[in-house]
Order: sequence, then structure tokens, then C-alpha cells
Amino acid sequence: MSRDPWDGRIVIVGASLAGLRAAETLRAEGFAGELTIVGDEPHPPYDRPPLSKQVLLGRARAEDCVLPARRETGATWKLGVRAAGLDGDGRQVILANGEHLPYDRLLIATGTRARPWPQPEEAALDGVFTVRTMEDAGRLAERLDAGPRRVLVIGAGFTGSEIASACRERGLAVTVAERGPAPLIGALGGTVGSWAAELHRSHGVDLRCGVTVTALRGSGGRLTGAELSDGSALDVDVAVVALGAVRNTEWLADSGLAAGPKGVACDAGCRVVDMYGIVTDDVFVAGDVARFPHPLFQYQFLALEHWGNAVAQAEVAAHNMISRGRERRPHLSVPAFWSSQFGLNIKSVGVPTFSDQVVIAQGSPEERRLVAVYGYQGRVTAAVTVNSAKSLEHYEELICTGAPFPPGPDAADHVPGREPEPSDVPDPRGLTHGPTVALTGHLPDRRLVVLRPGG
Amino acid sequence: MSPETLFRRITDYANRADPYPLYAELREHGVTRQEDGRYLVGTYYEINALLHDPRVSSDLRNRTAPDPEFQPPEGGLPSFIGLDDPEHHRLRGLAMRQFGPPHTPGRVDALRDDIARIAGELADRLRGKDRLDLVDDFAFPLPVTVICDLLGVPEEDVQQMHLWADTAIKSLDFAPGEDPGPRRRASQEARVAMGAYLGELAAKRRGHPTGDMLSGLVNDDGPDGRLTEVELMVTTVLLLIAGHETTVNLITNGMLTLLRHPEELERLRAHPELMPSAVEELLRYEPPVQFLPQRTPLTDIEVGGVTVPKGVPLILVLASGNRDPLRFPDADRFDPTREDNQHFGFGSGIHNCFGAPLARIETQIALTTLLHGLDTPRLLEDPPPYRTSPVLRGSRHLPLAQAADGVQAGR
Ligand SMILES: Cc1cc2nc3c(=O)[nH]c(=O)nc-3n(C[C@H](O)[C@H](O)[C@H](O)COP(=O)(O)OP(=O)(O)OC[C@H]3O[C@@H](n4cnc5c(N)ncnc54)[C@H](O)[C@@H]3O)c2cc1C
Ligand code: HEM
Repeated sequence: MSRDPWDGRIVIVGASLAGLRAAETLRAEGFAGELTIVGDEPHPPYDRPPLSKQVLLGRARAEDCVLPARRETGATWKLGVRAAGLDGDGRQVILANGEHLPYDRLLIATGTRARPWPQPEEAALDGVFTVRTMEDAGRLAERLDAGPRRVLVIGAGFTGSEIASACRERGLAVTVAERGPAPLIGALGGTVGSWAAELHRSHGVDLRCGVTVTALRGSGGRLTGAELSDGSALDVDVAVVALGAVRNTEWLADSGLAAGPKGVACDAGCRVVDMYGIVTDDVFVAGDVARFPHPLFQYQFLALEHWGNAVAQAEVAAHNMISRGRERRPHLSVPAFWSSQFGLNIKSVGVPTFSDQVVIAQGSPEERRLVAVYGYQGRVTAAVTVNSAKSLEHYEELICTGAPFPPGPDAADHVPGREPEPSDVPDPRGLTHGPTVALTGHLPDRRLVVLRPGG
Repeated sequence: MSPETLFRRITDYANRADPYPLYAELREHGVTRQEDGRYLVGTYYEINALLHDPRVSSDLRNRTAPDPEFQPPEGGLPSFIGLDDPEHHRLRGLAMRQFGPPHTPGRVDALRDDIARIAGELADRLRGKDRLDLVDDFAFPLPVTVICDLLGVPEEDVQQMHLWADTAIKSLDFAPGEDPGPRRRASQEARVAMGAYLGELAAKRRGHPTGDMLSGLVNDDGPDGRLTEVELMVTTVLLLIAGHETTVNLITNGMLTLLRHPEELERLRAHPELMPSAVEELLRYEPPVQFLPQRTPLTDIEVGGVTVPKGVPLILVLASGNRDPLRFPDADRFDPTREDNQHFGFGSGIHNCFGAPLARIETQIALTTLLHGLDTPRLLEDPPPYRTSPVLRGSRHLPLAQAADGVQAGR
């Protein structure tokens, strides 16, 4: 590192939410050196949450989802170029076009991509989609405009559910296939999941749980139907594959860093750990590609696919890249997420999968608004609000302070008779969709030793 | 002096012009019990926690002993500002459906031109006057006219609404020790009269919508149904009352503050794009709602190391939280470009101001119009005379002088 932390060369790989916010923070905090941002998408940073919501509803155009800049970054942008490798000893990023980019400090912000349909020939059929990029959403929206006879959504995580909701709002026939017993169950557990199932059905979704899609059928290169594991078959002309995300870490395979399918491991200060578990001092990570230890959750490594986490972690990483010793800050923000589907505004704080019990502390499904509070071994670890987001801060405080679970029955809108029940968080490996909050260390009740996965 | 007397001192009219040293004293003492059993909270994070705590009620019927100063309106339903969820949620949701996104996204924006026109007309009348009262001549007529416009009250009745709204708000105009009876009765009568008027108007709009909010409230059946007749009256009266004097005070406090900071006033005249952030800072620095007097814990609640017992009056001093140096660097400085300005000017949590988007636009337009319409205005009295209410704090008059020709150099 050059002597002066505010000087020298910084390279950011990944030109999306985390990359942009980190660049802005670097400048806001006084970094005056050379800043280069590499991104393999041809676009300047844009915002993904609207892609499965407003864009599919036709309320916004995919190409209009730009991320508003907070300030000038004065960066050199290398867009449409992939980083292909990292030479950590020589401190350079190797680009796919052969260029070598030297750095003094590096930020990895390569995020995730949509998990593709496993059969490449089927995935290539016209009518099969994933939703991760601007192009994906634009193409799908166009196809929905054309009025398909039936849409099949494979996987009922947040993205799959939002897509199904958008299709129903457009009046399209939708089938949702989910391997688990209910939608959202991987992220929110059984109690909220069974309510989500009711929601799908009451909005006219043909929801099929406990089944997998075994094959996509086509004719003349176009999708015509799908086969399910229960022996049934569907005629569909659009299938949206919503099987969760894959972390973009392949380019780091030979870097000697602790990077693999579960993400890039770092310390609480966003400094990347190498394959021996020794922390580096010049490579940082932020956003969906990172996995980081969180003290509130027994120091397990969390890998979050949350907009808010990408921003918060990018700010901490950037701060630490230009700070030394005690000036550095830990990334301690409590995970938070939102989704909108079937006319409901769902928010979560904490880690719902880090739980053994759940109780509905306010409201009820009948009122179409509630707060579900999650606990693990007698303390509050998460809360999910449905149409009652203004309570979130209260529960965040309970999580931060390790308040006892269950919370008292004293909320003004507590509905008497609601007792804690098992949160029913399944083993994430049994689900079609990747859970949004993945405890990649171990589930509360079962230790999973995490080894550096073999690439 | 004893922290136990802080509430008495804060409400004492003698301290109306500058309550801020008292708020500093309050923050020193954390959560403090008052001589009469009320609890006072003036630090930012503690206020924030209580505003988001679902165990804190806004419904005065949850008080163990009735508060001599603040009582729920007699005989009848409290409006949603005085109700808890789920009733509050339902009523606010039904009203919001006709006011903002997602169902009515354009309502507030559509008022922009009207507001600018009304503000412009009022400002035109000030031109050429060498002396004026910013309150009576400008700040007072604007908000009530705008809310009437929003609801769909015909122009000829605006004056009447204005009178009722003034009387109704007197229930917050208290001074401890004084008999609040007559004031409260007058306030109650005004609310009833206003409610009856609005109920009648709404009945006329049923089946004959005229594009305004009242028409929306009586003609649109959303998924959650409709307001009953009584709910409709109570809710529309709330909109009128809650949005009237608060906005008057923000405009007045705003002009007063700018005149006390001439360099900032000049900056805003030159850079009107700073006005939105300046209005946020005004809401922090001189908030029209100084404290929330009607919270009650539904159970013993621990906050700031103190247990506030169930059923007692819990008073959240928003204006003090807004000056908490632990939250706002250089908190006593007026800085129109302040960043990270999460003030309590509109409250926070489930009861956060319903009309905030309207109040913001209105105040931005009002102040911009004044900065360009008045010719080198000067304060004639500083501090100006204040109204009695310690809750809705604002000056009763704001006498100004300006150059008499009314044509501003460089305008
Ligand atoms: C459809 C959809 C809906 C969502 N909705 C919500 C929501 O409602 N709420 C919420 O909290 N979150 C939501 N999210 C998640 C949120 O968008 C992500 O958390 C956020 O985008 C993460 O930002 P990031 O910068 O870490 O990663 P990404 O946005 O994934 O960006 C990584 C960038 O790096 C690029 N890249 C990858 N590899 C390389 C390489 N080798 N070289 C160069 N560039 C590379 C990628 O192409 C990409 O542009 C949603 C995501 C999607 C896809
Ligand atoms: C500058 C002007 C305004 C200020 C400073 C202001 C301030 C506030 C504050 C602090 C609250 C919270 C009360 C509580 O928590 O108990 C509130 C609530 C409310 N305000 Fe405003 N307000 C303003 C303008 C308006 C306008 C213009 C309207 C109507 C159009 C309005 C309607 C309401 C309503 C209905 C509530 C109750 C919300 C609820 O209980 O959910 N306000 N306001």
C-alpha cells in the first residue's frame, strides 16, 4: 500500500450497487488517488429490485432503472469487460481482454447471477427466462406484454413470488412449482410460508408445492410445456427459472483467497481472508458476493442477497480501505430486506432462518397485516412485518440487545391467543430456491463445518 | 432547578420564545419523572425507540388517570391520531388511499400549481406595504385554503373553515393551572360544527364526484371498504386541524429563522434548489410540533435506564430530540444544507405525519415566494409575540418592514 491511505490506486471489480456506493464513499471520505471500476455488464450501475416488480408490471422500463449517483466518483470505468483472474502477489487484476490492472487496494463486488436451468438445451429454448439483469427483465416484460397462455415460475422464493404476483396482476395464468412445502419457506419458515401459500392461491396462482420440474419441452426451438415430478404435464409458453443465485467467484479460483460457491469470506471489517484463513490487508469485499461473520448470530458467516446490506457493507469496506488500525469500522448492521407481492409490503430484519420459534406479536393474517417475531434459544433474532413496516425499528432494537423471546403480549394490536410455535426453518438444501438469508456456517441446531469449497 | 419541574417550566409562557435551554437541561437528566407523575423524554434515541414501540399507545383512554390537560374528545370516536393499530391502520389506510401513492399518486403534486397561485396572490398583496404581519397577511390564510382545495370545500366556505379550525386547535393551547374547561368546550363545538359541515358536503358528493379527496372518500370502494359517516367526519376534521396551524407555524418559524440568519437567506434566494433541504432543517431546528403530549405505555417500559410505569402520561419532546448533540453534530446551528437529517418534525413511527408531502411542498413554495416577493424584509420585533400553546409553538404575529416600493433589486 502506498504510504498515504488517501492516495494510490484502487480497483473495484463489479460495477453495480456495491461497487458504485463504495466508489462514492471513497471519494466522500477523501480518497484522492486513481480509481478504476471494472464491470462485465455494458451498462452503468442500475437497480435490480424493480426488475421483478415495476418492470414486469409495465410501470417502469428496464432501461430506466438507473441507480442515482450520490456524488461524482471521478473513476475510470471499464464496462463490458470481465475480470478473469487475480494475481494477489503481483497486485493486479487480469481482465478477459488481456489487460492487467495494477492496484494498491482492491474491492471485490462481483455479486451473484441467476442460477441457470440445469439442462442447457432446455434453458436455451425460446420462452425460458431468468431475472437478474436489465436485459432479462426487459425481455420477459416484452414477452408478458404479448399475452402468453400460461407462465410457469420455477421456485417460490422472493423473486419467484414477485414474478408470480406481477403475472397475476396482469391477469395472466400462472403456475408456480416449488420443491419445498410452501413459498418463502426457505427464508421465513413454515408459519409465514403457509400464509404465503394461501396468498398465492387466493390471488389465483396455480401453486404446486412438493414438486419439481423435471423437464422443459420445446418444439422448433420454442418452449411448449413442462413436466413435473408428480407425473403431471403443463402447456406453457413462458417459464421463469427462479432457482436462486450463484456467486460470481470463478474468476478468483486461482487467487489464493477463500472464495468459492458460498462467496468470498472476509472479516467483520470486509477484509478478505485467504485460503489459509489469514486476513489480507489489501483485498476487500462487499455486497452479495461477500460472506462475513456477524456477532449477533454467533459469528456465523452470513451471505446476504440484500440491497441494504450491499450499500452498508460497501460503505464500511470503502471506509476501511482508506483507514488504518483503530479508525477501521466493523460491518455490524442488522440484515434487512423488503419485498412487495400480492399487494403486500413485506419487510424483514435480522435472520429469520436463525431461529427455532416464531410468534405473531402484532396483527394477524386475517387483518392482512402482522409482525412475526423469531427467536432462537430464548432470544429475539428476527422479525418479519407484513404491511406494518413502521414497527421494524422496535424489533431491530430487540435483536441488537438480545431481548428475551417471546416478546410480551403488550403491543396495542396484539391478537390474544397467539403462542410461539416452531419456526420450522427447513434445511436450505431441500429447497428449490436458495434462501435469501443463508447461514453458510451452520444452522442453529446442526453444525455444518464449512471448508473452503473446491472452486 | 429541579428536573421535576421541567414540564412546568417548558409550558410556562415566559419561556415560549426560547425553550431550547430547558430542552438541553432535560437531555442532561435523561428520562425524567415530573412532580405530577408525567414522564418526559427529550433525547433522540430514546424518543425514537418509544415512537416505534408497539407498546406505546396514542389512545388517551389508556391513561390510568385522566389527564386534566389532554382529554379525548367527549362523546365520540377519537380520530386516528388518537387511536392505536389496528383501528388506526385501517382508518389511516382508507384516508391515505385518497391522498397518496400507490392508489392516488398524483394528488399532492397536482396541488403545486394551486399552491403557487395562492401564495403568489397573497404575496402580491404584500407588495408596496412598508409594514406587514407575515402571520395574518400570508402564513395564516395559505394552509387552510390549500386543505380546502384538497378536500374540495368550495371557496366561499373557506373563511368559515378557517374560523372553526382556529377554535378547534385551542384544546392544545393549554397553560397548567388555568381552567381548560371553556377552551375545551369551544374546541369541541367547533369540531362538531366542522364535522357536520363536512359530512353534509360529503353527502352531496356521493354519486356526484368532483375529483377532490372528499369525493374519493365517499365514492371509492377499496379492498378495505369505506369510512362510516362518523369516521368520515372525524377524519376530515382531523386533516383540517392537523394541517392548519402546524403549517402556518412552519412558514412563520421559517421566515423568522431565515431573517435571523441573513447570510442563509441570501444563499437560498440565490439557490432555490436548496429550499427542500432548508425546509427539512427548519423542521428540525424550529419544529411546529414541539412535543407529543398524548402517549401512554401499555405496560411498564424500560427506556434510558428508567422504567416508565403503565398508564402514565408519557411526553415525547420532539423539539429536544431534534437538538440532541448525540444525534446531530453542531445541533444548535441552523444549517440548511445539513445531511443525514432524520428529524422528528413530522414525528416517526406509525403516526408519522400523514400530510408531510403536502406540508413540505407548501412550505417550500411559500418560503420561495416570500424570498422573491418581499423587498429586503426586516424583523420589527425579535422575539416576536408567541401564541400560548407550548405544543404547537409559533409566533402569533411576525411584524416585518420592507422597502416600500415593493420592487426588489435584481428580481
Ligand atoms: C430481480 C431482483 C429483485 C430484487 N429485489 C430485492 C428486494 O426487493 N429487496 C432487496 O433487499 N434486495 C433485492 N434484490 C437484491 C439486490 O438487488 C442485491 O442485493 C444487489 O444488487 C447486490 O448488489 P451487488 O453490487 O453486491 O451485486 P450485483 O448487483 O450482483 O452486481 C455485481 C456486478 O458485478 C458484475 N460482475 C460479476 N462478475 C464479474 C467479473 N468477473 N468481472 C466484472 N464484473 C463482474 C456483475 O455482472 C454485476 O454487474 C433483488 C435482486 C434481483 C435480481
Ligand atoms: C409543517 C406542517 C406539519 C407538521 C410540522 C406536522 C407534524 C405532525 C406530527 C409531529 C405528527 C405526529 C403526531 C403523533 O405522533 O402523535 C403529525 C401527524 C399527523 N399529521 Fe401532520 N404536520 C404538518 C402538516 C400536516 C398536514 C398539511 C396534514 C394534512 C393534510 C397533516 C395531517 C396529519 C395527520 C392526519 C396526522 C396523524 C397521523 C397518524 O396518527 O397516523 N399534517 N403531524
